[in-house]
Amino acid sequence: MNAPPASTAKSTAESTAEFPRWTQPGSSRIPFWVYTDAQLYQRELEKIFYGAHWCYVGLEAEIPNTGDYKLSHVGERQVLMVRDRIAPKDRATDHGIRVVENRCAHRGVRFCQTGHGNARSFVCPYHQWTYKLNGDLAGLPFKDGVKDGDRVNGGMPESFDIKDHGLTKLRVALLHGLVFATFSDSTEPLEVYLGPDIMPWLDRIFKGAAGPKKLTLLGYNRQRIPGNWKLMMENIKDPYHPGLLHTWFVTFGLWRADQKSRMVMDAEGRHAVMISRRNEGGQNTAVTEGVTSFKPSMTLHDDRLLDVVPEAWWTIDDPANPGTPITPTVTMITLFPSLIIQQQVNSLSTRHIVPRGQGEFDFVWTHFGFADDTPGMTQRRLRQANLFGPAGFVSADDGEVIELSQQGFAQAGENGTTLCELDGTGTEMTEHMVTETLIRSMYAYWKKVMQP
Amino acid sequence: MTAPPAHSDTTALLATLLLHHEVNQLNAAYAAALDDKRFEEWPLFFTEHGHYKLQARENFDRGLPLALMALESRGMMKDRIYGVMQTIYHSPYYMRHIVGPARITSFDEDAIRAEANYVVVRTKPGGVGGGTSDVYNVGRYIDELVRADGVLVFRSRLAVYDSEMVLNSLIYPI
Repeated sequence: MNAPPASTAKSTAESTAEFPRWTQPGSSRIPFWVYTDAQLYQRELEKIFYGAHWCYVGLEAEIPNTGDYKLSHVGERQVLMVRDRIAPKDRATDHGIRVVENRCAHRGVRFCQTGHGNARSFVCPYHQWTYKLNGDLAGLPFKDGVKDGDRVNGGMPESFDIKDHGLTKLRVALLHGLVFATFSDSTEPLEVYLGPDIMPWLDRIFKGAAGPKKLTLLGYNRQRIPGNWKLMMENIKDPYHPGLLHTWFVTFGLWRADQKSRMVMDAEGRHAVMISRRNEGGQNTAVTEGVTSFKPSMTLHDDRLLDVVPEAWWTIDDPANPGTPITPTVTMITLFPSLIIQQQVNSLSTRHIVPRGQGEFDFVWTHFGFADDTPGMTQRRLRQANLFGPAGFVSADDGEVIELSQQGFAQAGENGTTLCELDGTGTEMTEHMVTETLIRSMYAYWKKVMQP
Repeated sequence: MTAPPAHSDTTALLATLLLHHEVNQLNAAYAAALDDKRFEEWPLFFTEHGHYKLQARENFDRGLPLALMALESRGMMKDRIYGVMQTIYHSPYYMRHIVGPARITSFDEDAIRAEANYVVVRTKPGGVGGGTSDVYNVGRYIDELVRADGVLVFRSRLAVYDSEMVLNSLIYPI
């Protein structure tokens, strides 16, 4: 891989002036209170998850039919992703996907108690307030009172307008079958939010020749990790650890420091792609000497667990070198604040971060394939799923070290910091993986958003 | 097996009792091997091409094929155990399996099919886990058993768990 694309604004690292509590310069020393402070976490919910950011809620493929819905989360708020009816005149312009909050406009009840399903409308069990699939209030009992002879008892006041009392509707943006939502009116358009450096890597996986590729839902895995939500973003912005923590990666050459690789980020430094191409693994003293997780004599008893077959879509025209093809075997995409998209050889998944206080988050894995996969390819994706998820050969230990990080932060005082200075203190894109640049760039952005 | 045999049919009743006893003994031995961390014995509870799958109930009920762990041979199980013992970094924990009585759902020349409920409680020893014992994984086994040299082994063991969340990670088989 050659030169990185001409980087646009890298100004975030320098523009972090006003954050008095963050006493160290730049973003390479991250204070432990960033992970442990409950009040700060409440501000993160407001400014990040409920602020001007696009948050992932699911895949369009999860709700294929009109009336289908899925419960999801934006931050700690439960939302419903719904496929609405579309008026014939709107078919060209309306994708029909709605995202509404699971909270009745009357008395605040979380009215939906099933994780997925199909509905004609949503009815709150408490007082039967009924909502259309798009969240509009359709009706409520006794709105005009109850007749008692000549009298009418009760009812809503004259000033009550049904149009003012729908569910909270989020703005929705769809990209190649990925559904994002935001509570904010000021969030920029999704493609601008993601930026031109990130988009080619989403196109590579999801954009078909004639519209979005049709996805097949393979299933879910869910885990609850006792650590701050940002630690999971960091984990997938940290190319340093995989060839050290994960035996399978270093031994079988799935991710290690002697591979061709590239670290890409958006202009704000908040989103990233870690791109690499696998090698044959085995001994290379530069990256295996003294590395205890490297197992030189390890072979599989049943190598169907790692039966990798290249796919045509892996190769694209290199966005950094137009006219030159590039064929990564792995792209790990972090879309701030809460989505990770994984392609590691034949395994594909989205991983959704749902924060639960400053010290815990749920991590929801949705594995998928493509509708035109052969049965053999589906089987292969399912076998390779053994590497990933809460029990995965190379992912289970990520949750473990995140828990241990949080424990370490908790026992230190106000002045403890992490040290993220592999490859310096800058926030540039790189053509190698011996760096912590993506973590630094995320915190440069975080400081900008979170400064008091 | 359809209806339970009439009490007058003592021979059939005894055969049923013996079979249930045998399946319960197998389940107890399987649980003891895992709880005692004799992991290298675990693949031996299966046929050479036996299947082991640990799957969220959400996926099972909806017919979605993804599992948390899906192994299709003793070889894959050995690879998992190598991972448990050598490659997957984790803070170690005790498991305690409580397995309910087996319910034999069908029985023919091909295989015995049986189910049993289970609860696995996790305890992290050595002061690292906050000192609690936590309900870790709750579900049922859905099994196919065959005889190999007269001994019952699993041709397939599917553990379908109700638990909505894996408590961080799951390293050892259930």
